[in-house]
Amino acid sequence: MAKLNMVKALNLALFQEMERDGDVLVLGEDVGVDGGVFRVTDDLQRTYGSQRVIDSPLAEAAIIGTAVGMALYGIKPVCEIQFSGFAFQCFHQIENHCARYRMRSQGRFHIPMVIRMPYGGGVRALEHHSESEEQFYAHIPGLKMVIPSGPRTARALLAAAIRDPDPVIFFEAKSLYHAAKEEVPDESESLPIGRAQTVREGDALTLIAYGAMLRVALEAADVLRDEDGVGVEVIDLLTVSPLDRDALVRSVKKTGRAVVVHEAPRSFGPGAEIAASIMDGAFLSLEAPVRRVAAHDVPFVGFAREKANVPDVPRVVAAVRETLAF
Amino acid sequence: MPRTALEPRFQVEHLSILDSEGNLDAALEPKLSDRDLRSLYRAMLLGRRLDERMVRLQRQGRIGTFAPIKGQEASQLGSAFTLRRSDWMVPSFRETAAMVWRGWPIEKLLLFFSGHLEGGQPALEQHDLPITIPVATQLPHAVGLAYAAQYRGDDAVVMAYFGDGATSEGDFHEAMNFAGVWHVPLVFVCQNNQWAISVPLKKQTHSRTIAQKALAYGLPGIQVDGNDVLAVYAASREAVERARAGDGPTLIECVTYRLGVHTTADDPTKYRTDQEVAMWEQKDPLTRFRAYLEKRNLLEEGLEQQVDEEIAEAVRRFETAPAADPLAMFDHVYAELTPELTAQRDEMAARERATPSDTGDAGTTPPGATPMRGQRLTRR
Repeated sequence: MAKLNMVKALNLALFQEMERDGDVLVLGEDVGVDGGVFRVTDDLQRTYGSQRVIDSPLAEAAIIGTAVGMALYGIKPVCEIQFSGFAFQCFHQIENHCARYRMRSQGRFHIPMVIRMPYGGGVRALEHHSESEEQFYAHIPGLKMVIPSGPRTARALLAAAIRDPDPVIFFEAKSLYHAAKEEVPDESESLPIGRAQTVREGDALTLIAYGAMLRVALEAADVLRDEDGVGVEVIDLLTVSPLDRDALVRSVKKTGRAVVVHEAPRSFGPGAEIAASIMDGAFLSLEAPVRRVAAHDVPFVGFAREKANVPDVPRVVAAVRETLAF
Repeated sequence: MPRTALEPRFQVEHLSILDSEGNLDAALEPKLSDRDLRSLYRAMLLGRRLDERMVRLQRQGRIGTFAPIKGQEASQLGSAFTLRRSDWMVPSFRETAAMVWRGWPIEKLLLFFSGHLEGGQPALEQHDLPITIPVATQLPHAVGLAYAAQYRGDDAVVMAYFGDGATSEGDFHEAMNFAGVWHVPLVFVCQNNQWAISVPLKKQTHSRTIAQKALAYGLPGIQVDGNDVLAVYAASREAVERARAGDGPTLIECVTYRLGVHTTADDPTKYRTDQEVAMWEQKDPLTRFRAYLEKRNLLEEGLEQQVDEEIAEAVRRFETAPAADPLAMFDHVYAELTPELTAQRDEMAARERATPSDTGDAGTTPPGATPMRGQRLTRR
């Protein structure tokens, strides 16, 4: 057991998976000698060589496209897209091919690959370095969309994603990379994809968040406990798609109220699907409409205005209070 | 400091061995056995006859839209003929002749073009990717396959097909660049058929040749007469041997012509002249190769009937293929059904029990209402 930040925890997962399976290969811009711009792939090339940890030319579409070809051959590529804002240059490879090859070939081929991308704001970065685009991937049949919330879940879910026979989009919150350290067991650990975790029990309301927003949700729950004496249940989604509807419905049947928090813009975001799932499964238990606390429906606003756009603790607390008072 | 010319000076060759007048450059003539020459011609003829049959099937409403290959048989077969079964073929969407040569059953192709994904499933031992429709996007896959083969220490070579239009796409350039940097065992085969639907080559690129685009990526590029099967074969064999020896990728530009429509939904009279088509008909790859075989006394009696019967049998098998089970649409989304997909599948199963969907099959439609898959429409 060691206390690791999320960068080190992800690095540990990569080392252990590459050690476990000689078909696991790492590919991306600056992932080799440089160890990735966030150092997630640090020392992998030194250990496993440049054939297995590939500093690719600078072209997102070919990184994903060649990885599809490798996966068709039976290799398990773990690709890094340097920032999720650049993934639109490979979006066609992800949508047209990663997601569809199993279907297109009727099971003759499948794409056991992982696409890691740093996402989200809170790091005072330029345009294309701060956005949150999970909704695009969550909407595509054939993909899985995973977003861990801290070092331990990051390590365990990355291991699970690499072992998964289907393509997994793996978002890493930049604001979490160095935010906190957690105890991470030395021995390999994985978590099931598609399963949410209840990280705090409560009976007044269900607060649903993932990635960097989990910390915001937990701090809001602290405020509500301390100032209002209210017990909020907090669910860490961990996987956006496939969505763990059972966990959401079970919780809302108990609490009768729900608020969803995400960094992606509100309209057509994951919050809408979550709210609809709660309506489908727990309509008769609902005491109030499901609220969404999300970024506004605006393109990148510049980091000077970011705090006004991305959900923070006061906005979440206010939304919970309104929902409780409904 | 004067400007200096950089070495090496780059050059692009054009290769032609058997021209449309029947003139043969004997010094360049590839050494193919009589058996190989016969099977090459048979594959080209099968490709042509199948193409003509498929156009009729489409016009009759028995299959859906597809991209005919007429005129491009030499480009496809001269190249695919140089592969071993254990090598990989990566098609785009206009390689029916090469796909059949590689082992795709004709009835599977017909199934594919009648909307059944089962037709896009390669056999387990087959090293062929299914048809890829978004232009040029299959090329990075070919690079990845070749990298993986090299990584595993296999001696497989990958051959990837695309058209002249594809050379404008970013994926083409990215694939060429990655292939060069990674030095993978890959042969890029461009079937330059002069037209990307309605856009002629001169509006597609300002380059004099497509072959020269290889030079920018540090690869050899060669232009061949794509209607001369001997030239395509010779260039492809050289490229495949180079790839297998670990000497990296090659770009081959086959200068050919699409004698037919872009797809069966296209009307070429809107954008090209009959005179142009007639000029290219004079260069028909089959006529030329047939004359060559005739001189060598290698033409088989009754080959056309034999090939037609093979096609007819495949059409019969296609017509009797099993019905499309709507519930099977959930089988290949993920390795395992997700809870949501299970729920959606159950919903569909209940609907299907109450009111079966019309999937164009005898078992699920009232007799006489809709024809069986592949059968002639009574009203058009």
